[in-house]
Amino acid sequence: MTTAFLAMVRKDLRIFIRDRRALIIGFVAPIAIASFFGFVFSGGIGRTPVSRIKVLFADEDQSSISRDMFAQFESNNSLDVKAASREQAREAVRKGSAPVAVVIPKGFGDQAGRSMFTSSAKPSIGVLYDPSHAPEHGMVQGILTGTVMQAVSREVFGGAGGQKLLEKQREDIEASPTLSPAVKASLLALLGSVQNVQSTPALSGGRGRGGIAMPAEMHEEAVTARADVKYNGYAHSFGGMGVQFVLFLGIDMGISLLLQKQRGLWKRFRAAPVSRWLVLGSRCVSATVISTAIMLMLFAFARAVYGVRIEGSVAGFLVICLAFSLMTGALGLMVAALGKTPEATRGISVLFTLVMVMLGGAWVPTFIFPEWLQRITIAIPTRWAVDGLDGVVWRGYRFTDSLPAVAVLVGFAILFGAIAVNRFGWDEAG
Amino acid sequence: MLEVKAVTKRYGSITAVDGVSFSAGKGETIGLLGPNGAGKTTTVSMVAGITRPDSGEILIEGQAIRRDTDPVKQRIGLVPQDLALYDELPAIENLRFFAALYDLDGAKAKRAIGEALALVGLSDRAKDRVSTFSGGMKRRLNLAAALLHDPRILLLDEPTVGVDPQSRNAIFENLETLRARGKTLIYTTHYMEEAERLCDRLVVVDHGRVIANDTLHGLYRLLPITNLLLIELADGEGGFPLDEVRSLPEVKSAELDKHALKVGVHDLSTGAPRILQWLVDHGHPYQHVVSERPDLETVFLSLTGRSLRD
Repeated sequence: MTTAFLAMVRKDLRIFIRDRRALIIGFVAPIAIASFFGFVFSGGIGRTPVSRIKVLFADEDQSSISRDMFAQFESNNSLDVKAASREQAREAVRKGSAPVAVVIPKGFGDQAGRSMFTSSAKPSIGVLYDPSHAPEHGMVQGILTGTVMQAVSREVFGGAGGQKLLEKQREDIEASPTLSPAVKASLLALLGSVQNVQSTPALSGGRGRGGIAMPAEMHEEAVTARADVKYNGYAHSFGGMGVQFVLFLGIDMGISLLLQKQRGLWKRFRAAPVSRWLVLGSRCVSATVISTAIMLMLFAFARAVYGVRIEGSVAGFLVICLAFSLMTGALGLMVAALGKTPEATRGISVLFTLVMVMLGGAWVPTFIFPEWLQRITIAIPTRWAVDGLDGVVWRGYRFTDSLPAVAVLVGFAILFGAIAVNRFGWDEAG
Repeated sequence: MLEVKAVTKRYGSITAVDGVSFSAGKGETIGLLGPNGAGKTTTVSMVAGITRPDSGEILIEGQAIRRDTDPVKQRIGLVPQDLALYDELPAIENLRFFAALYDLDGAKAKRAIGEALALVGLSDRAKDRVSTFSGGMKRRLNLAAALLHDPRILLLDEPTVGVDPQSRNAIFENLETLRARGKTLIYTTHYMEEAERLCDRLVVVDHGRVIANDTLHGLYRLLPITNLLLIELADGEGGFPLDEVRSLPEVKSAELDKHALKVGVHDLSTGAPRILQWLVDHGHPYQHVVSERPDLETVFLSLTGRSLRD
């Protein structure tokens, strides 16, 4: 029995090694695509600047506040700001050539300064955005909020038009029919203090330093395995592409089993005194061995060429690779068990694999999915494989941290294997 | 050696094999003869233990195959109709793999592989990939793969499909050698000449049922004629009295195709002179006369009313 089992596994490995197409799909294609994705997402090993968000800025106000805002946008490293008219901005966003545009309407500076201390009508800033670029929209909105606060307060507390604005506001407060005398007195006192600050250059600090600003500076730090370890974008792309192509390999092995059933080879297996477990089990083991070899080769390449290191537990990395490969082997058997014909099964399987890969976060991180979808992806084995590999490769997971992913992947392998054994059609029509 | 007792196999509403029975002794070659879809392959699959019969029993030296790993399977070698080989691997690796399925490895496997390759005449191509083989060579290797574990019964499911006459001859010689070594051969085919050359006994199958089970001579006896008289007429055009020929007492059948008159007779020694004399007497001289025995195609046609290749 052992002789037959080993012979089956050895035969599958030999056929794989001799099959040039399988070798290309197994090794070359994932390396090429992972390299491309890694280059795109990591900015070419840190040499190329990270791409900035293109923002069009339509300043219809041309006030000192709006000009200040434009200057602040320009100085932001995350943004690529260009001036445009409202119409140009709208057209560019519609065509997809800019994800976000900011429109400062006429009269904005005047109204914004006045509404700083009173409830007078607040001016609105137009934000035009491409709905397919929601993350960029959110980011620009955040920057805009800070910019408005800083530009308006700076003008009010120390700008050239500040005194005029305060006088105007004093008049508004005194004339307000809704404010109580006590509130009016408090606000007038506050304005008096601000005017004192404005009239004392030593206190106002001059232009460019006053106004309301963030009360703290941000210290940004990419958290990886350790403080001295920089994030390497290739780590995720090689993990993701490894998962994708290993899945394809599993599907391919399932299809080849279906093809074999249509050929005399299957009859020869069934006529020999070997068990069904041996026939299916050996196929699962050979798929596991090949898949693990592919994962190890990919990461060896990533290490040699792109400096991707296993920052966490190496043992954890190995067991995740093994568990995922086992799951893939069992998935291939399930495909062979449920598929009717190789031709029909191939199309459905490829679609199924692509969905699994996409939802598993192999292409793009799962955090960009809606929350409900993120919850669903917990039930997808590829999510555990991708997260598990990310964990041990660059997040610095210890061995014990990798065990949940391993347990889930082995669980899926058992489930798929059980379905395969129960649903496999053993009889041959005459 | 092999007993097939009233086996039946259904696939849904289709009855592929319907109460088939036959037996084969040691060293005997049994031909399973029938058109495509007659149930030959299903019968072979059941004998090989690939498919379980819905009813009936198959005994190999008195024992039935009870499970996938039953040692009784060691006594059977299967040569499937489709080539059951890995094109990507050399011939010797193919055979090593198939030997391992029967738990043969090391020296035992090496010896078995050597003998099988020698028998089919492929020793010098052992290290070549199967993809480089001709169709006939692949068929011979397909046969060799079934011999490695030295089975007593060899099931051959149309083993010569798609091969050239030279390779077919080579396979026949291999099978005759195996028969001489005492192997029991079960040979399915729809080629008459193969069955006539190889088989000691023929089981004629149609629509899943056995319609005849006899020796070649026994089957011929089932025919209303035992000989055909082929007469080339000097002038057969227009107004030949074919019905008068058919009404002659010695004549069982008569057909005319241009100048060729084909007359079936039961007794050649009395029938032939009288028919030839009748032709001369009635002004229908002939140029050439031959007699021949009807073939299995005629037997099958007579038994089923349809051609083997239908």
